[in-house]
Amino acid sequence: MAGKTNGAANGGGQTPVLECRKLCISYFTRAGEIPAVVDFNMTLMPGEAQGIVGESGCGKSTVALAIMQYLGSNGKIVSGEIFFEGRDMRTMSEEELRDLRGSQIAMVYQEPMASLNPAMRIGDQLSEVPIFHEGASPEEAMERARKMIASVRLPEPNRILNSYPHQISGGQQQRVVIAMALLSNPKLLLLDEPTTALDVTVEAGIVDLINEIAAEFGTSMIYISHNLGLILETCHRITVMYSGEAVEVGTVNDVFDAMRHPYTRGLFASIPLPGADKNSHPLIAIPGQLPLPHERPTGCYFAPRCDFFVAGTCDTGLLPMREVPGDDQHFTRCVRFDELDWQESLGKGISQDVTPPGDVVLRVDDMTKHYEIEEGALFFAGEKKTVKANEKISFVAHEAETVAIVGESGCGKSTFAKVLMGLEDATSGEVLLGNLELGDLPVDKRNPETISKLQMIFQNPFDTLNPSHSIGGQIGRVIRKFGVESDDEKVEDRVMELLDIVKLPRDFAKRRPRQLSGGQKQRVGIARAFAGNPAVVIADEPVSALDVSVQAAVTELLMDIQRENRTTLLFISHDLSVVRYLADRIIVMYLGQIMEQGTTDEIFAPPYHPYTEALLSAVPIADTHVKKRHIVLTGEIPSASNPPKGCPFSTRCAYMIEGTCDVTPPPVRDISAGHQIACHLSVETLDAMEPVIQLGAAAAPEPDVETV
Amino acid sequence: MAVTTITPPAPSLLERLKTPRNIGILVALAWMPLMIYVMGTGRIDEGVRNAILLPAIPAVAMLYVIAVTAWKESWIAVLGVSLVSFWFFMAVAAPFLPLADPNAPVAPFATPFSEKKDIFFWLGTDFKGRDMLSRVIWGCQRVLVWGVTATFVAYIIGTIFGLMAGYLSGWWDEFISFFGNVLLSFPVMVLFIVILNYLGPSGFNIVIAVTFASAPAIMRIVRGLALDIKTRDYVFAAQTRGESALWIMVIELLPNVRGPIIVDACLRLGYTTVAITTLTFLGLGLQPPDPDWGLMIREAAKVAMLWKFSYMLLIPALAVSSLILGFNLMADGLREMSLRD
Repeated sequence: MAGKTNGAANGGGQTPVLECRKLCISYFTRAGEIPAVVDFNMTLMPGEAQGIVGESGCGKSTVALAIMQYLGSNGKIVSGEIFFEGRDMRTMSEEELRDLRGSQIAMVYQEPMASLNPAMRIGDQLSEVPIFHEGASPEEAMERARKMIASVRLPEPNRILNSYPHQISGGQQQRVVIAMALLSNPKLLLLDEPTTALDVTVEAGIVDLINEIAAEFGTSMIYISHNLGLILETCHRITVMYSGEAVEVGTVNDVFDAMRHPYTRGLFASIPLPGADKNSHPLIAIPGQLPLPHERPTGCYFAPRCDFFVAGTCDTGLLPMREVPGDDQHFTRCVRFDELDWQESLGKGISQDVTPPGDVVLRVDDMTKHYEIEEGALFFAGEKKTVKANEKISFVAHEAETVAIVGESGCGKSTFAKVLMGLEDATSGEVLLGNLELGDLPVDKRNPETISKLQMIFQNPFDTLNPSHSIGGQIGRVIRKFGVESDDEKVEDRVMELLDIVKLPRDFAKRRPRQLSGGQKQRVGIARAFAGNPAVVIADEPVSALDVSVQAAVTELLMDIQRENRTTLLFISHDLSVVRYLADRIIVMYLGQIMEQGTTDEIFAPPYHPYTEALLSAVPIADTHVKKRHIVLTGEIPSASNPPKGCPFSTRCAYMIEGTCDVTPPPVRDISAGHQIACHLSVETLDAMEPVIQLGAAAAPEPDVETV
Repeated sequence: MAVTTITPPAPSLLERLKTPRNIGILVALAWMPLMIYVMGTGRIDEGVRNAILLPAIPAVAMLYVIAVTAWKESWIAVLGVSLVSFWFFMAVAAPFLPLADPNAPVAPFATPFSEKKDIFFWLGTDFKGRDMLSRVIWGCQRVLVWGVTATFVAYIIGTIFGLMAGYLSGWWDEFISFFGNVLLSFPVMVLFIVILNYLGPSGFNIVIAVTFASAPAIMRIVRGLALDIKTRDYVFAAQTRGESALWIMVIELLPNVRGPIIVDACLRLGYTTVAITTLTFLGLGLQPPDPDWGLMIREAAKVAMLWKFSYMLLIPALAVSSLILGFNLMADGLREMSLRD
């Protein structure tokens, strides 16, 4: 976090590293000019880190590309200026720009695999930078690459330099990309969602690295993200963008604690912060949808979705940024900011009574799933390897209960869903739905009633619906298939009913999926899962691909339908903030095994499993009042085909007991009824753990760096 | 955007024709008569044969208008569809055009734009004295009918096997892909010649030969697409609601492989036209005396060695080229449009 301290040195006659003045960027397409960014201003001082937050389509990546002067053939800066160290970038020649890019200004993209050349060794790719920009000799360049690899905390620099990109993990790839960006000692580093494609614990490591870099090299940074929590952890100032406009600019503390734009406020109300709770403090979604660029209203672009809209005031011409008096360069694009009462709470949403859970619906007992793979054999029987995708999973789920399964990639949650849905057989153990054993009953042997009892909501909204069939047809097929209705008219009625339930207009039944937005598609996916009145619904990260403001609406919808139908929800996720918000019970998985399970309160309070502790610390929280203990895991998630011998987490665990953890599988300890931790540590050690997240601490967001 | 409610005008005839169902009917109206006409040669009474073709003429014209309005953003596609539609129109309208009998010898060796025996010949006559213009126009019928039929059959077979190999995987895939690879390892022309030598030259046997030669390649395309699409969540959703493999292949996969397949089909129509013309040229395809482009080239091959009479070869060759060019331009245009959005 040291990066945050040296940057606030504004003023003092320094030349800003980057200055954007009234920048307007448009794309020119067949449909005409599409304004992507309107009136964008930014002043970035040396050593400062600024964040740009916004939902998809708000123009944040366009700003980054404009700064690189790399807009592509159809994008153009229509008006405004970009100064890099006092020089106008718009007047630079292509030659000058090439010199600048990659040496003075460097960029880190979202997909690390796509940023590296798969056909070149990492060492060669890295040494290209000094060779090209500074004319260094190959030996000298390689030496500098080796140093840089070490300073981005990669183990065994020589091995990394000699590997190809596919031979190292995603987190390591992103570190290489950052190393490449830093090699030429840039003045400005642009980070476009650098951790979105990574797992949370790996993400925490990268965020840490970025902060260390800022402290060590004094690089100015622009951090683009949709995640407010990450911005809080990395930046001094923040720009909130909406539909191509910056709507609010200010220091992180001002914007987080005293926001002065209704959109920013709506954004914070729709993300699950530690205080939110599905029953007493439900999320409040921003109504409506992001307007398309050519359908933006005159005046305030947020007006159609704003509670404080006043005709005649908010819809007159382009609104200017106005300074909020008393704060440190805090600007907002709301004309009515000084009239509104910002202390008044946003309404509490409709609080709900706690739904009491019913009988046991689903019981999983020692369920194990192994895959046998043969290695490298074409003609001879190769060495057989066992991938332990799921190892002795046991838990119960009650009626009307939400059970969350939390874990990072490779933890076996998808395999578990496949076994449950009958696409794979369990190797051993039992899966009981009611009294029916499902573990070795493939889906084509199940009767329609059983199938309809167990349905699934998928992660990717763009994949969940068949693009070739109408919405109504796809929901109708499920209704027929499950034998809910068979008469044409009744099927149609039921389709309409389901569309009403998921709050979509009835004429959507005739539409094709491509005419729907991501959130709407996900609603259809929910309608489809609930078409056959299921007893258990498996939701595989149903909101993780959606924008923040849409996420809240879909989450609330899912909760409402669940409450109504007393459905058991198995919620698979990697996002602990969402899980904390909606789950009754949580199961933490790592490499196919359950590390800890218990009620939500038990998981979020000590005693923790060491992995849960690290996971809790890794999740960025967008609240300046939250005090977090800082735990960063080293190393990478081991491969499921070659798991550690003893405890799967032993390779990354800070508490690892040599000779025990790495040899013997951990015992499952019952801490209290229903709360189980699989760990070698004694109950006393576990009890002695301090809470990771503490609410209501002082406003200073500076968490203590603790080495465990 | 100003919000004014204007009651939409009643949809024009063109709009109403543009529904998939109506386009299907039009295609059937244009295609079936021509197919019956060509395949029923000598089996159906001449008067009835001609009458059958009548509804096809307006159907082809309407399809052309629909295609041009739908594809107006790509001039390449419009040019392609114009060329193809021209030959289709000629094929269905041939009996009703004021043309000389294509098989009647009138005046041999009349050069284009010349008069002989008080008759003006636009494109001249061939060595037997038959009118070239009439022969070129009549000659497109058989190439079109057999080319399109053969490609269509190859597509049905190739798609079925491709879906099976891609979706069912495992041993199905191994077996189908192996068989396909064996067929693909033959040079296409050798395969054609072997099959037609064995089965004897006829239109139906051309269909079989083309199917054997084209279906493996089509199978590979469809297999690749199916392998990609079967990992999508909607296929997973169908599996988890207990749909049969057949249902998933036909309803979930097939409509989503259609885009790339249509583009490829246009290209392949071109190849098939070349193949049929070549086969006829070699004497393995359609048989004389009825006019056919490949046959015309074959018959003219010797005489056309003389520069003066090269038109006998050039005219049918240009006709074939223009049709193939039309198919290829259509494919390019369709691909261009599919990439745009």
